[in-house]
Amino acid sequence: MKHLLSVDDLGPRAEIEKMLDLTESFVAVQRREIPKVPALRGKVVVSLFYEDSTRTRVSFETAAKRLSADAMVFTVSSSSVKKGESLLDTVQTIEAMGIDAIVMRHSASGAPHRVAEWTSASVINAGDGRHEHPTQALLDAFTLRRHRGPSLDGCRIAIVGDVKHSRVARSDVKMFQALGCELTLVGPPTLMPERLDGWPVTVSHDLDDVLPDVDVIYLLRIQRERIGEALFPSIREYADRWGLSAARVERCKPDMLVMHPGPMNRGIEIAGDVADSTRSLVTEQVTNGVAVRMAVLWTLLGSGGDFV
Amino acid sequence: MHPREHPEPVLRTRVFDDADLRRALTRIAHEIVERNHGPSDVVLVGLYTRGVALAQRLAAAIASFEGREPVVGTLDVSFYRDDIGLRPIAPVGPTEVPDIAGKVAVLVDDVLFTGRTARAALDALLELGRPRAVQLAVLVDRGHRELPIRADYVGKNLPTRVSEDVRVRLAEVDGGEEGVELWGVPE
Repeated sequence: MKHLLSVDDLGPRAEIEKMLDLTESFVAVQRREIPKVPALRGKVVVSLFYEDSTRTRVSFETAAKRLSADAMVFTVSSSSVKKGESLLDTVQTIEAMGIDAIVMRHSASGAPHRVAEWTSASVINAGDGRHEHPTQALLDAFTLRRHRGPSLDGCRIAIVGDVKHSRVARSDVKMFQALGCELTLVGPPTLMPERLDGWPVTVSHDLDDVLPDVDVIYLLRIQRERIGEALFPSIREYADRWGLSAARVERCKPDMLVMHPGPMNRGIEIAGDVADSTRSLVTEQVTNGVAVRMAVLWTLLGSGGDFV
Repeated sequence: MHPREHPEPVLRTRVFDDADLRRALTRIAHEIVERNHGPSDVVLVGLYTRGVALAQRLAAAIASFEGREPVVGTLDVSFYRDDIGLRPIAPVGPTEVPDIAGKVAVLVDDVLFTGRTARAALDALLELGRPRAVQLAVLVDRGHRELPIRADYVGKNLPTRVSEDVRVRLAEVDGGEEGVELWGVPE
């Protein structure tokens, strides 16, 4: 694997599971007193973020540093991009400095794919438009597998919220489907994809209907700016109909788990009590994010897989 | 028939059978205890894959004559190697090293060759704590060192050519018949 642009790049189920197994090694490294290994000494990993994201960027930088790579940040807001430099010129400039990987977030779907064509460095998609966010899907799968694994076959997951605009949902559907889960997408019709493109999922507009059957409820972040697009009437109505409240959790299986990619809108898609309950894997998702990104960086830059 | 471009390696010498293997490990177990004045300060750290099995056997042997089993740890050196990116490398198993501060850590591996694995193991180990001393026990020392590293305990000094292959077979890892074999491509 040269780039990680999409969950598809990870390969079939066995290869995904290998990556999840590898992640365990890095979880172990993280637990040490010195949570750092010299594996990627001398490698340079550049974050190139055209959209604000503190957590994903910091997670990747922490991962790179724990592998002893040099983590550089190309800050778009204060750079030549503001002076009108094109994406191609920016990439060529960064590449001319001698780098090994570009971690990229962009508001345009497919932007990292273009960059991958222009550079000899490895490109990791840290979120592109409404398209994909493969490392989020990996950390979600890894986190869930630690609770329900090793096999996720038949695990019933409801993904709730703005599926239509969510790259997390797109990558998670691919990931969880590859791992044998049964998926239900839940939300208002205006926030469901127009076409399901053969996704092996069921769709429901009523959260209360699916509550008793699911093993996991994965809540997507509601983007408040969508209200302006009149895709749902009000925050209050959204919270009433699709928000996961403590009362709704009461009607779920006793071991139902709650996931969220963050940052959470407490009181909208998830009630504060639910977010802080023992069912919630949210903090663990963040912790595992670093280990998953270490596994991805190692696979792309260190494992020597290309020499096989 | 056309001459084969890559002739298959063949068995040259059967260096150890299962009884030889047992005797060598018993001797090393005694040497470790003798040199360290008992097993109480000793931590055996096996390097994946076969070093882990050998460390467990050494611990059992020491327990059989000292009545006290030394602590055993496991070490994966993948992320400390100096040939990362030059060949495929994948971690093998979890590193689980008990508290080694002030102890004598005995690294255990099956074959000592270039010394690069032992070098990586030293780096990996020293990040986990500060032992009083580090020693190295190997079943076979086949020569051709590329670093200033030597073993403290050796089951068998085996002169080899670089092109040859020393194969250690242990029941826990490989199944079947146990022993040490020297394989090489016919001239």
